[in-house]
Parts: sequence; structure tokens; C-alpha cells
Amino acid sequence: MKQGDRLPLDQLPEVARRVRLDVLDMTYRAQSGHPGGSFSATEALVTLYFRHLRVDPARPQWEDRDRFVLSKGHCSPAMYAILAARGFFPRSELVGFRRLGHMLQGHVDLKVPGVDFSAGSLGQGLSFANGVALGLRMAGKDARVYCMMGDGEQQEGQVWEAAMTAAHHKLDTVCAILDYNKVSQTGFVNDNKKLEPLADKWRAFGWHVVVVDGHDVKALDKAFEEAHTVKGMPTIVISDTKKGGGVSFMALKSDYHGRALTDDEMKRAHAELGVPDWQPPAKGGA
Amino acid sequence: MGGAPTAPSQAKDGLPVRDGYGKGLVALGKANPKVVALDADLQDSTRAQWFQKEFPARFVQMGIAEQDMMGTAAGLASTGLIPYASSFAIFTERGFEQVRNTIARTNANVKLAGSHGGIQIGEDGSSAQCIEDIAIYRALPNMAVLVPGDAREAEAMVQALAAHQGPSYMRLTRNKVPFVHPEGMAWKLGQVETLKDGNDVAILACGPLLHEALQAHEALAREGLNARVLNVSTIKPLDAAAVVQAAKACGAVVTAEDHNVMGGLGSAVSEVLGEQHPVPIERVGVRDTFGESGTPAQLYEKYGLTARHVAEAARKAIARKGKR
Repeated sequence: MKQGDRLPLDQLPEVARRVRLDVLDMTYRAQSGHPGGSFSATEALVTLYFRHLRVDPARPQWEDRDRFVLSKGHCSPAMYAILAARGFFPRSELVGFRRLGHMLQGHVDLKVPGVDFSAGSLGQGLSFANGVALGLRMAGKDARVYCMMGDGEQQEGQVWEAAMTAAHHKLDTVCAILDYNKVSQTGFVNDNKKLEPLADKWRAFGWHVVVVDGHDVKALDKAFEEAHTVKGMPTIVISDTKKGGGVSFMALKSDYHGRALTDDEMKRAHAELGVPDWQPPAKGGA
Repeated sequence: MGGAPTAPSQAKDGLPVRDGYGKGLVALGKANPKVVALDADLQDSTRAQWFQKEFPARFVQMGIAEQDMMGTAAGLASTGLIPYASSFAIFTERGFEQVRNTIARTNANVKLAGSHGGIQIGEDGSSAQCIEDIAIYRALPNMAVLVPGDAREAEAMVQALAAHQGPSYMRLTRNKVPFVHPEGMAWKLGQVETLKDGNDVAILACGPLLHEALQAHEALAREGLNARVLNVSTIKPLDAAAVVQAAKACGAVVTAEDHNVMGGLGSAVSEVLGEQHPVPIERVGVRDTFGESGTPAQLYEKYGLTARHVAEAARKAIARKGKR
């Protein structure tokens, strides 16, 4: 992204706040979807899309664009909200999320302008990102490939196959983001099957590892700058976050992995996000 | 076709079908710079190594990681390249869900090649004897499923597939199969080829069973029975009109394949005829059982995949005509 196109860092928290409101609205209208993992990913996604990704909303298939692969594809609400905010499609599409005949599929899908990878099955995004990076390298292009993974999917063996592939082929245009939000569908990830020592594992697999507070846009911004300077090896930004982060009662609760909030929860969440007078939207909005 | 430096000298009577893949891939690589190849540490066996030697910068070594290979191939395809990803048929199944979600679902332009398919692989035994790949890949929307009958057909097929936009699975075999096609044959996706004419029974075969079907044709001819022999190398999209036409002309059908009788060519043909033109049908194939170690010839005898078994099935199908 050119310097002039970048949103100033101090404006990103406000963008993140609006993304969280969109996520709540989309999942509430759909009465399904994944708010918890969308919230933990919000600052990293906002920092990427408003400060780093070289993309052009008017030309979503521009061949020199940077690619973004959302491997944790269930966190589509956050990504769709951000793509709409960046102008890839009208904001009015957001109300059609998960509805028959509408564009915004439950998991991120290539049907949506700005989406480079159809996700939904965990552990598969990094392999795809590597393939894109290899293809761009063969074509002599310098575009970068970002891939956001969840912590739960670190339990998938394919992630580590792909980790070896990126290191072996010295894919320094690949920058992974690990949204380490600690919680999966049924509880704490490290209770289900221990990931730690996670940063050491990635280092041992030949990656440059940066660990940051994943709700701090300044820290994330610096990490992505650093990734840009690393040559000869891929970089992973381990983004230390909280599932449901941004709304106090949702934080670190697996209950908010895959359901819409109740009316009462919506009121309380909106109040925390600066909207004290939330009312349920009229039915059948779209 | 030139340019397969490490290819074994052409046997006059036949070649392993996988050799056709390697040869065709090298020729295609010369003609089309967008073609790239991937393999999971079996490229000497699958013959993708012939491409690797010719175009090292366009070959991606994946190591023994088939799930990762499927995703990487899809990523390469998304940049406009045409990736050919090969492994043993059985090990492509290791990445089946990846093929399903990352390749077939998005109609990615990835060409899969599963070598060493069927019980024809022989001595390696049941773990390697893939008898269900046609069934599982056929069940995926968007996926074309192809089984060449000899090395020459594989060679033509691998080149023709580059012009087909979308995913495909090509099933190859390890051991030598006699040629049933002339050198330099033309091949077209979805085309059913008539190798022998006849009106008493139609034998629809693919892969190494095509040769067995031709031998069965000779045996039946000595008894005064005229068997039509069709090469159905495109299992999907199946040319239903050609299948129905053969059934109408002959009134009885035999299918023959080195695959489980469930889900493969026999099932595909039965589905079409059951809906459009029911006639007696006999399926030659592995009868829903796993294989074992042995020579290909021994295994084909034991599991009922020889010309004799095809001819027996033909007699049975003919005898059933008009008895329903």
C-alpha cells in the first residue's frame, strides 16, 4: 500500500469498533455465525486492510495485488465488514449474510469480491497461500501473500506440512498471522490439545516469529513492517488476542464461538461499543 | 513426440500407462509455459520426474505431504498457472477433503494424476491397491474423471486436459499394458470410442481392462458372438447418449474396470441405463473386497478381471436378454 493511501494509525480503533458493530449486526440478523473469532481477528484485519495490503477495490482481480487468505474462514463476518468498508462491495450486502440467494456465504467464498480463497475447512489456507506465493514468484511478481490462521487449526497436521513447505522454498513473501485467541468451539485450545511452546515450534520449523499484542494496532503495524524486511524465510505474526475481545463479557468464552447474541447480550455489547440505545432491527431488512 | 530423455526405450507392444503421463507432460511443458508440476516424493514412479528434469523451475517438490500438495496446487492455479499434481492413486486420497473443498468446490484448474491405480500394482499389496478412487472423485461436482486405456491414450489425454478449464483426476496404472491405440492418437474429453463393432453385446471398458475386453471380443467372435467394444476413458462427464445408443443397439451390456464394482464405471453406466434404457448389465470389477500381494496376472485371475471373465460376463448378459 502506498504511504498516502494508509489510514493513520490513530483512526484504526474507530474502524475496529465499527467492524465489531457490523459483526454483531450480521450474526444477529442471520441468527448464526461466529462473532468470537471475528472479534479477536478484528485489529489484525483492520491493520492489514487499512495499512498494508496492496489491493484495489475497483480491481479485485488485479494480478499484482497482495493476496489475503483467511484460513479461519468462519470469521467471515469481520472480513466481510472490512471488505465493505474498503469499498469492495456495497455495505447493503452485509444484511444478506448467510441468507439464501445472497452473496455473503457463511464461510469466506470466492464469490465475494476481494476474497482470494474459499475457506471453511480448517488447516488448509497456508498450503494455498504457499501455492500463490510460488506462482507469483514464477511470474516474477513481488506481491505478498498474507494468511490468517486460528490457534485451533494449529492442531491440524496440514498446517505443519505447509509450514515446512514455506520454509523449504524460502517463501519470504508469505506472512502468516496466527490469531492466538486461546479458545476454540469447546473450550481452551491448550486444554483440548496443547499447542505450547507455539512460538518455539514455528521457529523450529524455519520461520521468523514476531509475537505481538493482537489488539494493539501499533504493535501489529510494526510487526507487519518487520515482516516486510525479512528475507529468505517466511514470517509469522503470533497475534496474542482474546476470543470475543472488545466486549468484556464475551472475552475468552467459547460460548460465543458460533452463535448470535441474545437481545439482552446485544444491548450490553452495544453499550460497551458506544451505542447505548440498541434496538432489534426490523425483520426482513434486505 | 520427442523430449523424454530418461524414458525407457519404446516397447513395441505396450508400456506402463504412467509412461504416457510423463511423456505427455514433457511435450505439454514445451508447448505451454503455464504448465507446472507437483509431486509428493514419488516423481520417479509417477514419471513426473521426466518433466522435473526438463523444467526444474516449474516443478514443485512437496515432500510426502499430499494434503499440502492439494492446497499448494490450488494456490498455483489461482495465479493462472496450470498445475499437474501427481502421486499414487491411493495417496491422492490422503488429500481427498482438500481436493473436495479447495479444488473441486472452487472449480480450480488443477489436474490430478493418481498413478499405480487398481490391483494391477500387484506385489505392493492391498494398502496400495486403490480400487475406490474413481468412485470418490466421481462424486465431486466439477471434477472430470479419466482412465486412459494405454500409455498412448494417457499421453494424448494429459496434453488435451490443459485446454479443459477445471479440475480433473486422471487414473494411471503402474505395469505394462499392451497398446490398444495407434501412436499420436487424438483425444477429446467426454468422447466414447468404438474399438470393435458388434450387436450382440456392448462391452464398455476402461484402463487395463480395455485390452482384456478386446481379447474377450476375439474369444466371443470364435463362438459367433459379435461384441461391440467401447473405450469409456472419460468416466465423468459420461457420454450418456453413447452409452444408451450402445445398449439400444446390443440389448445387453458388460462393464469392465480394475476398480470396485461399486461406484466406478459399472455404476456410472448402470445409473444411465437404469434411468434411460434398462437392459441386462453385468459388471466386471473387484467384488467389494480388498486385494493382496501377487503378480498382476495372478491378481487379475483371482479377482476376476481377465478376458475370460469379461467373455463370461458377456455370455451371461446375452443369455439374460428378453428374460425379464
